[in-house]
Amino acid sequence: MRLNAEEQAMLGGEMGPALKWAIEHQLQIGRVFDAADMVPVSQAHMMADPESLGEAGVAFVEDIAAGGARVTIPMITDPRGVDLTQYEPIGQTEDMANFERRFVAACQAIGIMMTDTCINYQTIMPPVRGEHVAYGDTGVVIYSNSVCGARSNFEGGPSALAAGLTGRTPRYGLHLDHLRRATKRFVVDHTPKELTDWGVLGATIGRIAGSYWEVPVIEGITRTPTSDEIKHMGAAMASYGSTPLFHIVGVTPEAPTLEATRGQQLEPTCVTKGDLARLRQPFGARGEKVDVVVFAAPQLSLLEMQSVAALCEGRHRSPGTDLIVCTPAQVYVDAKRLGYVEAIETFGGRVLTGTCFYQQYAREIGEANGWKRLLSNSAKIVNILGGYGYSPALASMEACIASAERGEVV
Amino acid sequence: MRRELKCHVGIGSLVRGKALVADDNFSARYDLDRKKGVFSRPQHKLFRESYKDVILVLNTAKGGVATAWMLHEMTSRGIAPKALLLNAANTILAQGAALAGLAMCDRFEDGDITTLVRTGDTVEVDPENGLVSVLDAAEAGVI
Repeated sequence: MRLNAEEQAMLGGEMGPALKWAIEHQLQIGRVFDAADMVPVSQAHMMADPESLGEAGVAFVEDIAAGGARVTIPMITDPRGVDLTQYEPIGQTEDMANFERRFVAACQAIGIMMTDTCINYQTIMPPVRGEHVAYGDTGVVIYSNSVCGARSNFEGGPSALAAGLTGRTPRYGLHLDHLRRATKRFVVDHTPKELTDWGVLGATIGRIAGSYWEVPVIEGITRTPTSDEIKHMGAAMASYGSTPLFHIVGVTPEAPTLEATRGQQLEPTCVTKGDLARLRQPFGARGEKVDVVVFAAPQLSLLEMQSVAALCEGRHRSPGTDLIVCTPAQVYVDAKRLGYVEAIETFGGRVLTGTCFYQQYAREIGEANGWKRLLSNSAKIVNILGGYGYSPALASMEACIASAERGEVV
Repeated sequence: MRRELKCHVGIGSLVRGKALVADDNFSARYDLDRKKGVFSRPQHKLFRESYKDVILVLNTAKGGVATAWMLHEMTSRGIAPKALLLNAANTILAQGAALAGLAMCDRFEDGDITTLVRTGDTVEVDPENGLVSVLDAAEAGVI
């Protein structure tokens, strides 16, 4: 890879050990993916929940902080693993909280802003078309690439940290024009109606798409989805397929026409109602007892909080069914002011701030609370939690609240 | 006689080990019980199999970014594969392997790596040179 004088200085250790580690890490990745050089990035976003980090990861970041390194570009964070204002009631321990506190202190010493959100494109600052960024969280990346037209690869925690320190990332993958062109063409004969439907469509396409390097282009969508709808679609597509970019003809910025994506030569694959039903089939559990209803993955926007609160009005959850809602601090402030938090809490729900359910010791809190059957409107979260010992089920937001009220899947 | 499989230049140092193979995808978060060192997702083709110290051979990555930290965490406790071989790695697997010092290779010239290597084969992974070798019984015996 070609390195400029500043990058050579980083590599030579002239700018300190943290920058030397960071650029060496980036060179390894650049070599694997044939990057020619580095590209400056305007922001970094790091996924680093405590379960993923472990003691080794926390110690690694503490070491960087102890060396006095600081980020050189604005750097923000994905959801944390512990809501430090209410961890004991959901079965998290003091050790988990202290572990969280250690990591937060290290990040703050490095100059990282603890925004703790996976919907920064709705709450902090959406990137603009053509802007090169280094984002973690697959949902953040796929939304930023597809809906905003920004340019990011999936940057896992270590690579996002490296980008925050160096202010750049290897120029490969979705930083390159030719790798943003469509490689698989899908024709939809049924435009989704509500959030879960959009998630199921995204999941179905992600599963077929196959790998990180495939770019789906989608035709047949007959109305422009809302930000929340396309958020659920993208998050599920990235979850089921490791997909970082999609185009919707006539909707997303790089797809004013099919030809603009170079997709006209591709053989179309039809996505039918039957395909969508097959995706849902393993997550049906009508009539079964529900232990916990979860709204998360992605965290809820203010509009989603309004919808959940409206559904909760005048009702109460079943004594045997918990309700967990995850939203970022930026949304929580308004949701509290507008009465949405109170409505959810009066229903018997719990609103967690700055966390996401699957990133907050999901196995341990499941065991502590006896949660086995989990119901959510997120196609992403039901895909993840099977490996954590849950029996996940999928339903619309309305059906989730009705199920929480009745104590069984309606 | 060893059978050599050319691939793209990878991550990490030369290692040898026994292969564990499946035509399935991989996420450390979605698929593993990392405390027990086994595949825990019931739908995964390697469900209940131990991944400790094996050359793990799978199709591609799926899902989220957590694997980048998790490979490092798994390696720090000594409950990790020796190497990852994939048809197509995503960025996260490469980033995680780099931090963990774990060997990883992908993009094999001769086709689908999940059919070119069988579970139980003794495999040598040389990421620096983009070469994976399936060893014969005599050579495998010296491991």
